[in-house]
Amino acid sequence: MRKQISLLLLLIVAAGFALCLAGAPFGAEGARESRRLVKDNVNYGRRYVSKGLDENRCANIVTSVVLNYRGFDTLGEVTILFIAALGLGAVLYGRRAGASPDEAQRPSLILSTGCRLLFPLIMLVGIYIFIHGHLSPGGGFQGGAVIASGFLLICLGCRKKKLNSVALGAAESLSGLAFVLLALIGLAVGGSFLLNFLPTGKVYALFSGGIIPLIYIAIGVKVGSELSGIIDNLSGEVR
Amino acid sequence: MIVFQTFLVLVMIVAALAAAGFRDLLGSVIACSLVSLMASIIFYFLQAPDVAMAEASIGAGLTTAIFIFAISKTKRHEENEKTD
Repeated sequence: MRKQISLLLLLIVAAGFALCLAGAPFGAEGARESRRLVKDNVNYGRRYVSKGLDENRCANIVTSVVLNYRGFDTLGEVTILFIAALGLGAVLYGRRAGASPDEAQRPSLILSTGCRLLFPLIMLVGIYIFIHGHLSPGGGFQGGAVIASGFLLICLGCRKKKLNSVALGAAESLSGLAFVLLALIGLAVGGSFLLNFLPTGKVYALFSGGIIPLIYIAIGVKVGSELSGIIDNLSGEVR
Repeated sequence: MIVFQTFLVLVMIVAALAAAGFRDLLGSVIACSLVSLMASIIFYFLQAPDVAMAEASIGAGLTTAIFIFAISKTKRHEENEKTD
């Protein structure tokens, strides 16, 4: 029974590959075709730069390319990060021995108070970076990394603090779902994945760019919670 | 400006060589983080602030911390190979 099911799955995968490869150009005709495609691709690059501002109303062209024209690649990147965090969690699972640090390891009052003072400021910078991802340099990945560095400060400065891994997991999953749902709504409304279906507003305004800020907020929360989870997992049994 | 950028590139090359050469893994990780820091400043001068931010926060910050956590769970010094 199991063998038959796996054979069936293998056949489905093989059929999918065959369908994808059947349309690929081949031979002399194909070479001409692919040269034409390459020329088109060069034009695509120019087109993104010249038309990106008008089409998406997104002041940062890099964000416009990353999240709209090449949004599917970004979904792949986020998935890769998720799988890496999952693998690390699987390797380190069940190794969290002796969570309570002894008295000598406890940080001094000055250190822990300083960390607690700095933590909200770092959070603010991170959230600012990903909310303004469509206006200024930066975005979800950068903002998420800054947020994770804030959690790193807490892990190093106040040793006894443990992050709430259930909340981290929930934030990660919900933001990932939000990304895919936004993309699928575009598919349902306009017929293409990651279509910018919201009104785009005025350039340089905070509420502009359609779905781009929403997706960047989702990516920021996802990357931040994933990297914080990695740090929490790794710092669990520091000697 | 070109002198400053040349200086950054030279520091980066020296740090990369040091990272490969050190027997102390902690020093090696710090040298790696120096490479990332210099790369992020150079990215900024090359007018790629997005990449510069990612490089500074992930390359110079989080990766170093994760490597240091990993070193703290293993041995700090590389052992000599005695198989010959």
